[in-house]
Amino acid sequence: MNFSDILTMRHELMLTLLALVVLIIDLNLHNRDKHLIIPITLSLFFIDTLVGFLPADKSVLFGGMYRTNGLLVLMKNILNIGVLIILLQSVTWLKKEENREKISEYFILLFSTLIGMNFMISSGDFLMFYLGLELATIPVAALAAYTHHQTKSAEAGIKLLLTSALSSGILLFGISLIYGSTGSIYFDTITELYKNSPMQVLAFIFFFTGMAFKLSLVPFHLWTADVYEGAPINVTSYLSVISKGAAAFILIIVMFTVFNTIAPVYNHILYLIAIITMTVGNLFALRQKNMKRFLAFSSIAQAGFILLGILGGNVMGMTSVIYFVLVYIFSNLGAFGVVSAISTVTGKESMDDYDGLYATNPRLSLLMMLALFSLAGIPPVAGFFGKFFLFASAASAGYYWLVFIAVLNATISLYYYLLVVKAMFINKNETPLAYFKSDLATRVGLILSGIGIFILGFWSQIYEVINSLSFGIIH
Amino acid sequence: MLTVGGILLTKDLKHSRLVSAIGMGVQLILSFVLVYLYLKERASGNTAAMLFTYDALWFPTLNIHYALGVDGISVAMIALTGIVVFAGIFASWKVTYLPREFFISLIILASGVFGFFISIDLFTMFLFYELAVIPMYLLIGIWGSGPKEYSAMKLTLMLMAGSALLLVGLLGIYFFSSPDPSHLTFNLMQISKIRIPVEMQRFLFPFTFIGFGILGALFPFHTWSPDGHASAPTAVSMLHAGVLMKLGGYGAFRVAIFLMPEAAHEQAWIFLILTSISVVYGAFSAIVQTDLKYINAYSSVSHCGLVLFAVLMMNQTAMNGAIVQMISHGLMTALFFALIGMIYGRTHTRLINEMGGLMKVIPFLGVVYVIAGLASLGLPGFSGFVAEMIIFVGSFQHTDVFHRVITIVAASSIVITAVYILRVVGILLMGPIKNDHFLHLDDAKWYEKISTITLVLAITAIGMAPFWLTNMIDYSLAPIVEKLLSIQITSLF
Repeated sequence: MNFSDILTMRHELMLTLLALVVLIIDLNLHNRDKHLIIPITLSLFFIDTLVGFLPADKSVLFGGMYRTNGLLVLMKNILNIGVLIILLQSVTWLKKEENREKISEYFILLFSTLIGMNFMISSGDFLMFYLGLELATIPVAALAAYTHHQTKSAEAGIKLLLTSALSSGILLFGISLIYGSTGSIYFDTITELYKNSPMQVLAFIFFFTGMAFKLSLVPFHLWTADVYEGAPINVTSYLSVISKGAAAFILIIVMFTVFNTIAPVYNHILYLIAIITMTVGNLFALRQKNMKRFLAFSSIAQAGFILLGILGGNVMGMTSVIYFVLVYIFSNLGAFGVVSAISTVTGKESMDDYDGLYATNPRLSLLMMLALFSLAGIPPVAGFFGKFFLFASAASAGYYWLVFIAVLNATISLYYYLLVVKAMFINKNETPLAYFKSDLATRVGLILSGIGIFILGFWSQIYEVINSLSFGIIH
Repeated sequence: MLTVGGILLTKDLKHSRLVSAIGMGVQLILSFVLVYLYLKERASGNTAAMLFTYDALWFPTLNIHYALGVDGISVAMIALTGIVVFAGIFASWKVTYLPREFFISLIILASGVFGFFISIDLFTMFLFYELAVIPMYLLIGIWGSGPKEYSAMKLTLMLMAGSALLLVGLLGIYFFSSPDPSHLTFNLMQISKIRIPVEMQRFLFPFTFIGFGILGALFPFHTWSPDGHASAPTAVSMLHAGVLMKLGGYGAFRVAIFLMPEAAHEQAWIFLILTSISVVYGAFSAIVQTDLKYINAYSSVSHCGLVLFAVLMMNQTAMNGAIVQMISHGLMTALFFALIGMIYGRTHTRLINEMGGLMKVIPFLGVVYVIAGLASLGLPGFSGFVAEMIIFVGSFQHTDVFHRVITIVAASSIVITAVYILRVVGILLMGPIKNDHFLHLDDAKWYEKISTITLVLAITAIGMAPFWLTNMIDYSLAPIVEKLLSIQITSLF
């Protein structure tokens, strides 16, 4: 192994470096200059995101523990872009007086989880996978409790920590069963040895349960709404977009490579869980009045849709999942961005506060509408294409009834997304939220997600690129 | 080669950005008329099934194209849309609340409809379908009247549920569009050349047909339509009843029946019963309504039911009638809703019992209302007569008892239609003036005249000289019917 090999890990290395640099800068800054960290970190992370797009080779490091290829790099880049938008959106909030002392913590914790996710995506065996998982989870709990002087935020942190500890335990138990039955922790070896024996199916179920916690699939979703509501809004958007996106990426890689041989078994499980997740997520979202809880349940429902692509079980399925997650990142960040901008400036998070928003803040309302339409899957915004390809991949495997149920669910989801649209555009309000001008970073963040929502659908090259990269992974 | 779609869509977008309502209305119709004339000339020499085709590969791996093209049927529908949109814009001349947003939404709606009619790729078609539905929510929700939020939500959700069914159907068609899994296609014309396995057709046909049927107000999925129409602002009612509901009929025969003829033959009887219920039930419901808009909405259910009914008869004459009926009803209903909007704008009520003798105070609108009514009940000389005549003649060409009985049942709607039309005309326009305020009403303004006269001209033109229209449709209908008939014969043996 030489130096250039190490460089194939550049996503992880750069992020580690970044986290360290932030720490050092923080140590050397006087207390009143702490806000300088924000622009410095943002520009460094922007460079990091750009560097991530440099062409990457396929390679395997540490005897198969770490592997990388075009598709994995693409996934990491997608996550990077998402994080960049979130960072932009959280600038105003970080600048607040109460957060001044812990600005660097926010960045360091965030980058640590991102490193963990990158390692998970690149893992070649279950050891690396588990390490990445822990690194990706524990700092998030700290982030959720970021505004720890608020009871809700502290509660969110504890809840997240406890549920992720439980789910990690279950997952680890699954991994140990896998090791016990195959004698290996390497993905490649396990694939060859994996059969339908009861113990292996059981091992898979434990493993999948652990992942289902991360993805907040029903019935493992109960932590989601409380944590989302309690955590600071930008952490919530990180949880619901980046964490979930990464979990979806990892799940699909593992399902398609390691557990490929027992697809006939897990398809039944996925089929049921997909239906329950979509339906329960949607039905609970109907009654939510708090925007954060609302988006939490809507994101549970969205996770159900992701399973449809996994059920497709072919290149099309893989492509559609990655594409969907990409679209989902932009759409959800659009929605969260607006909620965050409003919440930071006015402190209001209830749907009723959005009544008549269009009259005072037309641009925010329009972006919110587009983002919600994208989440609901309405053309011409990107969500339509994302959903369409997911449905197509499920239909390609013959799951027509599942597709029908899923589209009906999309219709239900349209109802509650329209409730927000109705609040903003139709409802009259004598005291609507006053007009405010958000600062540059927030606006750039919102514009980026807006562009993503519009362009991704029409720009078919993106889909083609993902598709061509997916061919390398599965056959 | 430049496409109809290209011209239409870019024009639309440009204008919505210009935001000037005046410029938009005038230029829109100019481009439509130009395109329309252009088409008419070209259609004479070329024998290809689809003219002015434009095809761009969009998602290569899935073989999704952005494919456009027109034949006689879609040209007719585009002409209809052009006229109704034009009239609709003039009818909503006086939108004062957020006018810019109103016209932008209206144009998006219209683009969706145009796009739908010119698509020959199922993906594009579906995309435009949904694009046409969603602005409805805002249009009704923001600018509507009455229980507008409820109606808007009901309409949107029911139509989206329809598109859920439709999506399953379309995906099914896609995955069976070629025996070779690497050559799947969404292209309508290519799929029509192969036979989708019959057992798949049996599964997919109901999805597709009901999916489109919901938009065409197929009983028992019609309930969105009266509420939606009643709450919508004038132009939206016009566009919706006049054009958007035709998407259902058009899609039902272009996609469901054309691509899955075997299943269509097998299952036609179920849907024939449903549609004839639509026809008769809609007409009866219209009799008992007292709100002008509800009367018209139920009358639309009845007439659109007739379109689906004729489509399901699956022979040349009846299908031709179905398309003429789509156009004729589109124009009539648009005219009705425009008039109702204008009358409401003056009297501030839509309940017929509160009005009377309007003919004396607003003679222009009164006369036009009578014309619309007569056209609607099928008086010779207007388009309604031509359409219904062709439909029932075509339906009666079937010799079996079932088809004949059901045709007679459906034809009874003509009588019922006459009842409710004449009743309304009697109460509304004749008799004594019930309210003193009505004495000072103004007659139609110039923009209202433009709106109504355009529609009246179109209706009488089709009524007097239907042949250019039926010939144009016949020409494009021939290959479709040929396919249907050839399969009927093989399935008999």
